[in-house]
Amino acid sequence: MLSPSRVLEGAVKDTMLKYIGLRLVQSVFVLFGLSILIFFIARVVPGDPARAMMGYLATQDQLQAVRVEMHLDKSFPVQYYYWLRGLLHGDLGRSAYTKRPVVTDLVQYIPATLELILFATLISVVLGQAMGILAGYFRNSWFDGVSRLVSYLGIATPSFVIAILLMFFFSQVLHLAPSVGRIPIMMTAPPTVTGFMVLDSLLAGQFSTALVALTHLVLPAFSLAVIHIAQEGRITRSSIAENLGKDYITMHRVHGIRTSRIVFKYLLRPSIIPTVTVMGLDFAFLMSNAFLVELVFMWPGFARYALTTMLNKDLNAMVAVVLVIGLTFAVVNLLVDILITFLDPTVRIQRRGG
Amino acid sequence: MRQERKADFLASLAQRRRTLAKGWYKYSRNPLSVLGLVVLVLIGLAAALAPHITPYPAQAGAYTDFQNAGKPPSFEHFFGTDRIGRDVFTRVVFGYRFSLLLGIVVLGLGVAPGVVLGLIAGYHRGTWVEAVIMRTTDVFLAVPPLVLALAITAMLTPNLLNEMFAIALLWWPWYCRLVFAVSSSLRSQFFVREAELSGASEAHILFREMLPNCLAPILTKMTLDMGIVILLGASLSFIGLGAQPPTPCLGTMVADGAKRLPGEWWGTIFPALAIVIVILAFNLVGDGLRDVFAVEEV
Repeated sequence: MLSPSRVLEGAVKDTMLKYIGLRLVQSVFVLFGLSILIFFIARVVPGDPARAMMGYLATQDQLQAVRVEMHLDKSFPVQYYYWLRGLLHGDLGRSAYTKRPVVTDLVQYIPATLELILFATLISVVLGQAMGILAGYFRNSWFDGVSRLVSYLGIATPSFVIAILLMFFFSQVLHLAPSVGRIPIMMTAPPTVTGFMVLDSLLAGQFSTALVALTHLVLPAFSLAVIHIAQEGRITRSSIAENLGKDYITMHRVHGIRTSRIVFKYLLRPSIIPTVTVMGLDFAFLMSNAFLVELVFMWPGFARYALTTMLNKDLNAMVAVVLVIGLTFAVVNLLVDILITFLDPTVRIQRRGG
Repeated sequence: MRQERKADFLASLAQRRRTLAKGWYKYSRNPLSVLGLVVLVLIGLAAALAPHITPYPAQAGAYTDFQNAGKPPSFEHFFGTDRIGRDVFTRVVFGYRFSLLLGIVVLGLGVAPGVVLGLIAGYHRGTWVEAVIMRTTDVFLAVPPLVLALAITAMLTPNLLNEMFAIALLWWPWYCRLVFAVSSSLRSQFFVREAELSGASEAHILFREMLPNCLAPILTKMTLDMGIVILLGASLSFIGLGAQPPTPCLGTMVADGAKRLPGEWWGTIFPALAIVIVILAFNLVGDGLRDVFAVEEV
């Protein structure tokens, strides 16, 4: 016999799947629209796109060949149709800048940026939570004041300014960290397995390379993380400060539960949901800020590739990189939505009802 | 009759003054917001009067003086001189002109269409009109604005006008979404129903009945967005896709000065701090307005 809670669980699971399916369909439509938008932007370039790609030394024959290859001689919808057909076959065309298939480029450059972003996320979660917990628990203390100031500054400072300041102080004045690239030129890179330099070095048993790669990673990742440390710190702080005076916390105290347990088990819990939501939104902004940070630190990643191809009017690559960012944004937001449904019972019930 | 109307007018004026005084009281409770406002007024004045108050207005644009290149901060040059001998302080003040101009033009062009579309979508909630408008909005919001702005400016000739155009093109969806959220909840309220039943035109309902109720979040968001737009503009010009040299642009100055780090740090650090200060000031004022209007989330 099914217990009532079982039935409820089954119903919840059912609506969850429906909800996820709906979100998936929506995401596909948004990405479809985005592809039309970016394709349009890439094709309405003033002047001759073939000329823009090939430069001023190309002959008429060469230009004609490019036009035929990219179907630039056809109408806009026909061009889009060919592009879409290619996409379904896993072919995003050839990059005019690197002269290689765009897919090959993406596979090469994405891991470096992913490594940077994941490390930045790690830093922002650890430091943001630590700052938020301390500021919330000791609210209105000097630490709370300092952390408020740091948050205001963190939100108002562009990532490229942070990157330049960090590079200036820590690598140029104090010589504590290297300033550019992933590893020194003299050093042999480990064989590529995951594409993450630190992880690959460890897998290959090159521990000194791993350490050096980590020191290269710290400054750019921290530049990306600052704004998110500020945001997550504020969210955690206000949630903890709000719950600190509530009866259930006093109750736990009276029962003699350790302070550390109260903080980590009972006070931190309500702040998890807003933190996760913000982290999801932040992921796309980490990617866009990486455009600037990778430029400053000469990080050979996806964002730098994206920027270079855009500056060189490399149409195929440009369309692809924008879509990759849109796809990442959609996937991460979907994951966050699903995660929140699991974390938050009220959302679960609302969605079932509605 | 006229007397009465005059009395009405005076009464409403007094009412308004009271609301304003109350708003200012709430705003002034937060010293940081007041500080932000003071800083903004100072920056605004300095930018407006730049040719009159800066020590070397001739050095803002195309100018070279290699005799004085790379001089550290001193009484003659508060922020030092850059690598071709221009006064960095003068260029920072002139740089504020372009930053503020960018923010004003972008919001001026971008907010109105977004608000109108948001009102229309909210009024026609649940119909295909809403679906078309809001799904288009979703597409524009599917990637961070910096990425699309880069793509557009990279395709066009990089200059200040195209930079403004590109950012303005990306700014309406945020207001569309914000206004839609408010107006779609107003849709079912009695005053909107009543206006509808009494035969008011759609334009009247949208702009006279619904719009006034959306103004508080719009105004708050505009203040906060000034900071974001300036940040975005600085990022674009840092990459080299904004106003071209010799225009004194804060982002370009940071990028240009960075080549001379760590030696001539003043060429980078002062323009960078200038960017941070103006964005911070807009954020503080925006936070203050949020308290005054009791806007939850924008």
